[in-house]
Amino acid sequence: MNKAVIQVIDDEAQIRKLLEIALQSNDYIVQQAANAKDGMILAANHPPDMIILDLGLPDEDGHSVLKKLREWYTNPILILSVQSSEEDIVKALDNGANDYLVKPFRTGELLARIRSILRTAINEDVNPVIICNDLQIDLSARIVKKKNELVKLTATEYHLLSLFVKNEGKVLTHHYLLREVWGPGFINQSQYLRVFIAQLRKKIENDPNRPEYIVTESGIGYRFVNRE
Amino acid sequence: MKISIGKPKSYIQYFISIGSVCIAAAIGYAISGFAGYKVIAYILLVTVSLLSMFLDIAPVILAAFLSALIWDFFFIPPRFTFQVNTTEDILMLLMYFIIAMVNAVLTFKIRQAQKIARQKEEKENTVKLYNTLLNSLSHELKTPIATIIGATDTLQNNSMKLTANNRIELIAEISKASFRLNQQVGNLLNMSRLESGFIEPKKDWCDINELVYEVVKTIEDNKISQKISININPDIPLFKLDEGMLEQVIYNLINNATQYTPPDAKIDVMAMGYADILQIIIEDNGNGFPDDEIDHVFNKFYRLKGAQTGGTGLGLSIVKGYTEAMGGTVKLENIRPKGARFTIDIPAKTSYLKNLKNE
Repeated sequence: MNKAVIQVIDDEAQIRKLLEIALQSNDYIVQQAANAKDGMILAANHPPDMIILDLGLPDEDGHSVLKKLREWYTNPILILSVQSSEEDIVKALDNGANDYLVKPFRTGELLARIRSILRTAINEDVNPVIICNDLQIDLSARIVKKKNELVKLTATEYHLLSLFVKNEGKVLTHHYLLREVWGPGFINQSQYLRVFIAQLRKKIENDPNRPEYIVTESGIGYRFVNRE
Repeated sequence: MKISIGKPKSYIQYFISIGSVCIAAAIGYAISGFAGYKVIAYILLVTVSLLSMFLDIAPVILAAFLSALIWDFFFIPPRFTFQVNTTEDILMLLMYFIIAMVNAVLTFKIRQAQKIARQKEEKENTVKLYNTLLNSLSHELKTPIATIIGATDTLQNNSMKLTANNRIELIAEISKASFRLNQQVGNLLNMSRLESGFIEPKKDWCDINELVYEVVKTIEDNKISQKISININPDIPLFKLDEGMLEQVIYNLINNATQYTPPDAKIDVMAMGYADILQIIIEDNGNGFPDDEIDHVFNKFYRLKGAQTGGTGLGLSIVKGYTEAMGGTVKLENIRPKGARFTIDIPAKTSYLKNLKNE
């Protein structure tokens, strides 16, 4: 497999340097831009396999850059954002970002996210049978097994789980899940989501209080994690 | 004239001034049958002196004038005229007036001097407090920065002399220092957010069970030595409140407990739902708080006497600030046989929407 090209758009030279070293030492090719304008031109001329986009750029708001990129760019975009801006993150995810990381971040975490995003991006058509440890999900037969035993899920629970599985590793926002499962009229009825996530966890997690599959992204949403 | 707080308002002052002089004059009038008019001068003079102790200068001067006129008119013979016949009486009236004035002015001056001294003292205290805060804060911020600069310098300049182990240790120090710095900056940002007064809780339905376990997981990821146990009723309803604020409150309380209790201490986190009130209790079996300091621990920048370094004294004031921003209360008490208990009560809407199992 060819080395993946990752483009970094961030105005902070130190962050760019840090990302360059971390990414190159993990066999990615890095291309950089220090502002929105250069970033968009570079991405158009040499489309990368993935973009890491900082939301706080000097020449243009990160959200508007994200929207413009999403008009034509279909590969993954990972958002970098400074601390304590849940609204920003939710907005970016709803506008088509695949994932986010809050500054300051651990490079180990960043690399794990990149691997997960790129893997999902390559396997565009999801394998109908997904196996994660003791959990087996057959999307074509609509069957879920845990430790080889059939798990009985209600229609809503199954709908939620299949969304998670199809978007493995990706953060799904509260609004997204409510809209997809219950419909557009329910996007502010987060109590349904809370109840069903708790129920689903009781059925598929080893310890529902310390979930390993459906992980909470506080104030933002949930993420399905497949730890092989 | 500016009237400081605690003193009667200006028109009331004039009222008191005139009233007191009239009362004194009435008393004088009542006893004028057997007391000489010179004794009455003393009664009026004492009245003016008493007034000067708690009134502003203008009403006191008014009292001095008024009492001099009253004395002259009602008491100096010939009575009920402003006429003064003897030289002795003229001198007396003049001296009466001067004494009353001097009295008023002197008392006023003394009070002014006291006021200035008090203001100066207050200002000095504020400056002293501010300096202490600044020292502690700059210490807390500069120590990790010094560690990072020192460690990176050593790594850059002595790389040949360092053993592999030294290098690993230095890098671990840099990591610890930056983590600490990040926490301190986080605290300062939270504090300034609170101080700005622009925080509005963003309410949404919260699963308290999920939230508490998430916070505890974050804290346990920092490799703490204390044991944290969680006790939440499985039937606790959903509460509508600001998830981020509640997380911060619980995080700071547990984090505080892990930092100031012995390594083998036990920390209990409990959550209960009453009628539209969420109660969270965080209890430890550490050494508790000194009784005389319990009332101060929620104050901004307050640190226990003899506390180890490594804190800014902001954690608990953020707890208080956020809890109150959510309309709740926080209480601290020592418990038996030993330890501390924080109790948080937050009013919030509840939802018992728990039985949708067939959907």
